[in-house]
Amino acid sequence: MKGSVAPIGVLVYIVVSSVLAYLHPQSVLAFLLFESSLLLIYYLPAQPKMKFILGAMVLLVLLPILGFINAYYLEVAVQVGIYVALALGLNIVVGFVGLLNLGFVAFYAIGAYLWAIFGSPQANEFIAGGFFPLAPYWFFIFLVFSIVVGAMTGVLLGLPVLRLRGDYLAVVTLGFAEVVRALVNNLDKPINFTNGPKGISPIEKPPLFFQPALEFFGAQIAAAKLYPLYFYFLVLFLVLIIIFVTRQLEDSRIGRAWKAIRDDEIAAAAMGIPVVRMKLLGFAVGASFASAVGVLFAAKQVFINPESFTFMESIGVLAMVILGGMGSIPGAILGATGVTILNLQLLKGLSLWLNSVRQSGAVLSLPFLGSFALDQIPVQFEPAKYERMVFGLILIVMMIFRPQGILPPRQDKRN
Amino acid sequence: MDLALEILPQVLVDGIVLGFMYALIALGYTMVYGVLEFINFAHSEIFVLGAFVGVEILLFLQSAGQLATLNPAFVLLLIIVAGMVVSGFAAMALERVAYRPLQGSPRLVALISAIGASFFLQDGLRLFESLWRNTFYLTYPTVEILDRTVPLTASLVVPVKSILVVVTALIMLLGLYLFVNHTRVGTAIRAVAQDPDTASLMGVPVNRVIALTFFVGGAMGGLAGVLFGLHYSLVNPYSGFFPGLKAFTAAVLGGIGNIPGAMLGGMVLGLLEAMAGSYLSILTNGAFGAEYKDVFAFVVLILILIFRPRGLLGEKVREERG
Repeated sequence: MKGSVAPIGVLVYIVVSSVLAYLHPQSVLAFLLFESSLLLIYYLPAQPKMKFILGAMVLLVLLPILGFINAYYLEVAVQVGIYVALALGLNIVVGFVGLLNLGFVAFYAIGAYLWAIFGSPQANEFIAGGFFPLAPYWFFIFLVFSIVVGAMTGVLLGLPVLRLRGDYLAVVTLGFAEVVRALVNNLDKPINFTNGPKGISPIEKPPLFFQPALEFFGAQIAAAKLYPLYFYFLVLFLVLIIIFVTRQLEDSRIGRAWKAIRDDEIAAAAMGIPVVRMKLLGFAVGASFASAVGVLFAAKQVFINPESFTFMESIGVLAMVILGGMGSIPGAILGATGVTILNLQLLKGLSLWLNSVRQSGAVLSLPFLGSFALDQIPVQFEPAKYERMVFGLILIVMMIFRPQGILPPRQDKRN
Repeated sequence: MDLALEILPQVLVDGIVLGFMYALIALGYTMVYGVLEFINFAHSEIFVLGAFVGVEILLFLQSAGQLATLNPAFVLLLIIVAGMVVSGFAAMALERVAYRPLQGSPRLVALISAIGASFFLQDGLRLFESLWRNTFYLTYPTVEILDRTVPLTASLVVPVKSILVVVTALIMLLGLYLFVNHTRVGTAIRAVAQDPDTASLMGVPVNRVIALTFFVGGAMGGLAGVLFGLHYSLVNPYSGFFPGLKAFTAAVLGGIGNIPGAMLGGMVLGLLEAMAGSYLSILTNGAFGAEYKDVFAFVVLILILIFRPRGLLGEKVREERG
């Protein structure tokens, strides 16, 4: 009977935290509590089936309901989902194959621009006939197409550089990402492909093909209210597919070859593993995930510009993978969720709090230090802007104290 | 073509100034790579730190009303020395905190820590300046003498600040060359670079030599930072990114771990970049212009790594130690 206590406890926790999140729609803390229920479920000492049911309840029922009431929650959940997908992609390259890719965001940008250009009137600039924007259902075709394009770019970049040693490879991938960003930023002339720094908008959203069905059941929901939910389920679906593919790969010949290369390249080559081809494959798989996520990102944002694809994004995703644990799928998910929430909610919350403190004009008197008027806090000091410091700290601290990450990959007992 | 010839001397001057700047920064990368075999990614922040030390001292002197009255040579010497010392010690501290605990771990672990340090320092500097001055985009106050110009030929006028960069960099590069090749300590640095284990057996205090290498490389970076600030006058915590990466490219171009190579690589890259900045738009009839000069270095980097990974002066790269 002891075994059933824990699931009930978690169930109570989930119910309480979701009620809290419902009652306090402005509270970051309540939502954090609710989100951490997923972590609890993961650690729950129970049957996988039980965990699955609880997880599905949170992700498929409670979160959509909470989000439907308070759209901000869905916004956060979609952001988290996008970063989880990116982190899972980078996890293959860094964690499985052991290649440090500092330009991962380039593939994300390629996917995003792929849909942005053809899913908006932008393509009319260089293809005559006024065919664009393409109809919404093309979104799904581009989602698949972007996987091919991402893999191809990955191979094209990988072919010349994968023979390089690890640290050179890191800098070259970083350089590649900067080249992509410069191209996106400047290809508004001589022919206007990307509209330069002004960015592209409006980008088509995916079709609401299920709306007739909803209406049939008598649910009249405005499109504006429906889209956040729709994107939430799209992201969730994409993440689940990526997790599925990654898990299949992990235990396959390919995954084992990747890990062999990561652990000892020379030994792997001696065992007959085609090292360069396997590295290329890893690069291509990671790149194709990123570019599929890019398509989704473009459709969700409606507007994109080169600012979204900076070096900082690459390092942010890297920090997520490192924090969670290189080579670990739950680790990448945890890392991405943690870092995104830290940035989106905690830092922003701190900024807002600081602003309110500043405006209150109160005077703080500290022992020994004298009194300090709170409106004297410099306005340039905004915690929300210090993402780099957070990423940097995560990287240094993890490398020094826990290089294997919070949730390291489980040791394979079959070896 | 007339236009191209007409601007050539000016392009060369710009290229040489840029080249010396890159050479100074590249030394930091190449020396550290020499002894530790890893890319000190945070070196670009050490460089920026030098620039900030310079601007802070100048702003302090300005607010004290001393900037116009003091001897400009003294002021310049002061900020150069201060920038070098602060950056040198910062580089040493960085090594102690972020790299030394990782000695013996795989190379990528140290590289990731270095990237983290780089990001942390960028925002650390931003935090400091935000609290201290409520802005982190700083402008160097004008030092009058630097804006004067010297006519070299009838058509070519060179500002004093360009001459300052070239002369200072030349003195320092020569000094460094003598230091590394003709002193006992320099010999120790080269010994550690060649084989740390054997050097240690020969009684070389390896950790102290590594710290010293960071100091010297950091000081060169700090000097480059001060010169960068004096020459281009605008600095912010993030302005190290591109110069840093280009200097790294210069180090690879010259052959990483090789000190004369870094100088040569810096010069070649500076000239190439200045030419690309001016001639790309003339050659392509304005289709591609100076906006690509920042990524030009990366294209160079990728090409060298594919075709001649050991660089211009480098020896064959050692096998990976894992």
